[in-house]
Amino acid sequence: MRTVVGIYSPINVADWLVPGRSLFLAMQIAGIACFVYIVSKRMVPLLRAQADPRFDRPLRRLGRVLKFWLGQWKHPRYRFAGTLHIFIFAGFLLLAARAFTVLIVGVSPNFVMPGLSGRFGPIYERLTDYAATVVFLCMVVAVVRRLVFKPARYAVPPKFGKAHTADAIFLLGLIALLMVADSLFSASRFAGLAQQAQSAESPAFLSLPWMLEIAIASTSRATLWGLNVGAYLVHAIAFYFLLCYRPFGIQFHVETSLFSIYFSKLDKGTVKPVRWDVPDEHLDQVKSFGVKTFGDFTWKHILDFYSCADCGRCAENCPSNAVGRPLAPRFLTIKARDYVFQHYPVFGKSNSSKPLIGNIYSEDEIWSCTTCGACEEECPLLVEYIDKIVDLRRGMIDDGNVPQSLQKPLKALESRGNPYGKMEKKRGDWTKSPELQQTGPVKVLDGKNGADTLYFVDSITSYDDRMQAIARATARILTGLGKNFGILGAAEKDSGHEVRRFGEEMLFQGLREHNTEAIKESGVRRIVTSDPHAYNALKHDYRDAPPVEHISQVLASEARAGNLRFNSVDNWLEIKDRVYTYHDPCYLGRHNEVYDDPRDVLDSIPGLKRVEMQRSRDRSFCCGGGGLMLFYEPQEEQRMGVVRVRMAAEAGANVIVTACPFCMVNIEDAIKVAGMEGKMSVIDLTELVDQHMVRTVTHEKEEKLEATTDGG
Amino acid sequence: MEILVCARRVPDTSENEIELNSAGNDIERDELVYSVNEADNYAVEEALQIRDRVGGNVTVVTVDSEDGEEILRRQLAMGANQAALVSDEAFNGSDGKGIATILKAFVEKGHYDLILTGVQADDGAAQVGGMLAAMLDYPFASLVNSIVIEDRKLKVSREIEGGNREVNEIDLPCVLSIQTGINEPRYVGMRGIRQVASVPIPTLAAGDLGVTQASVGEVAAKVKRVDYFVPASSKGAEILHGSREENAARILELVAAKGGLN
Repeated sequence: MRTVVGIYSPINVADWLVPGRSLFLAMQIAGIACFVYIVSKRMVPLLRAQADPRFDRPLRRLGRVLKFWLGQWKHPRYRFAGTLHIFIFAGFLLLAARAFTVLIVGVSPNFVMPGLSGRFGPIYERLTDYAATVVFLCMVVAVVRRLVFKPARYAVPPKFGKAHTADAIFLLGLIALLMVADSLFSASRFAGLAQQAQSAESPAFLSLPWMLEIAIASTSRATLWGLNVGAYLVHAIAFYFLLCYRPFGIQFHVETSLFSIYFSKLDKGTVKPVRWDVPDEHLDQVKSFGVKTFGDFTWKHILDFYSCADCGRCAENCPSNAVGRPLAPRFLTIKARDYVFQHYPVFGKSNSSKPLIGNIYSEDEIWSCTTCGACEEECPLLVEYIDKIVDLRRGMIDDGNVPQSLQKPLKALESRGNPYGKMEKKRGDWTKSPELQQTGPVKVLDGKNGADTLYFVDSITSYDDRMQAIARATARILTGLGKNFGILGAAEKDSGHEVRRFGEEMLFQGLREHNTEAIKESGVRRIVTSDPHAYNALKHDYRDAPPVEHISQVLASEARAGNLRFNSVDNWLEIKDRVYTYHDPCYLGRHNEVYDDPRDVLDSIPGLKRVEMQRSRDRSFCCGGGGLMLFYEPQEEQRMGVVRVRMAAEAGANVIVTACPFCMVNIEDAIKVAGMEGKMSVIDLTELVDQHMVRTVTHEKEEKLEATTDGG
Repeated sequence: MEILVCARRVPDTSENEIELNSAGNDIERDELVYSVNEADNYAVEEALQIRDRVGGNVTVVTVDSEDGEEILRRQLAMGANQAALVSDEAFNGSDGKGIATILKAFVEKGHYDLILTGVQADDGAAQVGGMLAAMLDYPFASLVNSIVIEDRKLKVSREIEGGNREVNEIDLPCVLSIQTGINEPRYVGMRGIRQVASVPIPTLAAGDLGVTQASVGEVAAKVKRVDYFVPASSKGAEILHGSREENAARILELVAAKGGLN
């Protein structure tokens, strides 16, 4: 029969020079005081940082805590390391109550954690025996991984500093020590009780305490007491040392992750405003734009720096890093963390006035990002990168610090509304092609013509000779489906999607204002676009635009409704030798989670053989970036597009289907650069659909349809 | 150091489709968009960098209609201390010498240690800098692609055909024509332009500068444009249509045939 449910207090066990209770109490007060002091120092930069309103939508935030924190949602993406982490995390959660109980019994011998006094107590104890064992084993495995298998993503390239292995091993070792001390404390207690014949119970079968108990069962009572008190002391010291050491490195996430995830960004695809506490209309009064010094970051972004666990998953999935550009998201964070620890020290004065660019970040590093979002998709702690990159770019734009290669297109966007400097009146010239005249001319919604749907074409699809084929295919499909649609023509300007993401906020706002006005005047009720960047801008960056759909969504719903049908495979034999693979454009896939619609459309084409690339859906690999990124001249070892084309070949495909004009540019170029012409080709989803759809809607029927839609 | 930069507004060739007007004596100007002349932008950047190193003021001046204000605002947003628009109906039709005459009068209204111009305007003839220096009796160095300040002297260098560089010493005050590539001009964003939207830009007319009507404008112009045309594109380009390997072989063959491979 157990007299004390819970943990046997070490104060009863041995005679001490200093009474055990006072010693333990002093240690615990000192440990807690240290931790509180360090954390309050770590709070200083957060309190001085920029505003960031993350206190809304508490239920959604709690849901995310359950999914991403308690549920460890992102971890299984890396099966082995992720599983290991789930075990450690679960072990820590289970052990938390026991750890506190162990600490408290040093001071108050009869303490029992509330809820653990009844029948659940012994069960909980058995569970924690196993938890300590599992965590210990995980530590051993983790150390072996770090030392023997050395996963590439933990490596630190020389340009980013020294390896972090020693620190990681030290921390893993400390946790292992904590587990051993905890188990030994329990084992020695059971062994002592058994010798006194007070209890016939023993720790959970095959657990670490169980094994230790067998090992020490026959030692003398004095030794057992010594072990018991020694284990207690080691446990307490290791516990408080870890508690106070974690805020200096990668394990701070043990404390911060809950907050990081609760306050994580809820609105995918958006970019943070210049200043959360200044409305757009008052931006002229803001003295400085973007992030120039550390104090310009928001508190959540600084919390991100604390929370990063240095796991390297972001960098391993980052296309910029993969092609040797000077950017790895992991080090964006690590460098900022090193900076904040150095400039907001635990002892001494804070000082953070140095500019970040040229000090810890290079200009090319910040311009290298395509904002594809692969890093954010991967991060188990939901660390944000795009908003930080955009804020750093805003700072550089504000200082006039912009590569010459980007200045021309920005200037052209300002004076002509497109990055190529082409005449506004020629924006709709793609409609003049004879092939379009056959299927039905495209209306320009200039006040004389009205329509239900606006086809927002955007700059590249309007002006680029090759991409105009996408515009024409889209127009023919919409006509074929009997949609009453039109374009803005000369009244359309660039959506400004990349303008905003390159940090030129005021220029973006000018473009948005112009387009919003033009869309309003056109009187349309919905928008369709074939450009995922325009789609993302209209959906997330514009405020008063009608509902917008990407053409792949329209196609999927029409196919489901039976309105979009394809010729049978016999009519186009050439398709039989082809193996298609779908490349997810970042701004359709990751940023807007449209993964299935384009695939469904492809699969509804009879006889079409489709394979998946290893990196697909939310792990899609960016083709090289769109908009202004086409003008930027990065330092890189190879092109992202070339890497992507090779991935398609590896998957066994010989045709890449995409749904974005920028992907088309990059992949088409990459096929040439990789010398794969003739072996690989690329086609836009609209072009493929246009080639093979059954056109049942005649002009007459179209008019009827128009009449009904207008009526309804 | 007091620095004056003479800048000009030109139709940006990368943002316009240049077409002849129906009369055939000028380009169609209705739908043109304008920028500051590229070389002038480099000159302004150089002036700002010199000012930031040694102190002083940068003034930007342009001879134009009231539309010239657009580029002056941009240069103010870039960081120039002040700008002045020199504008008068009487200036219309001035040749290079006429513009230099107007600028000379402007220079004499102030005290400038250093006067910079772009090496030439996109639609210009690279005359004004040299003429202005001669009229002021200032030393002149052209095609400058580097400036080092040494008290009241400058060391300026220029690139010689073939990539060599020549360094010259020149006394202040002087006039320099600045080559593109001397620096990396900073970006001027929408925000910068909006911030200087209310900065006053004085407009000076012929009378303010004491320029006589007879010395400028069409009446004084001794160089007159008589024609403007787009040359017919000539033949001579051969486009290869083979595979990559075939094309590479053909190019080797052609280059060898012209004596390009020894």
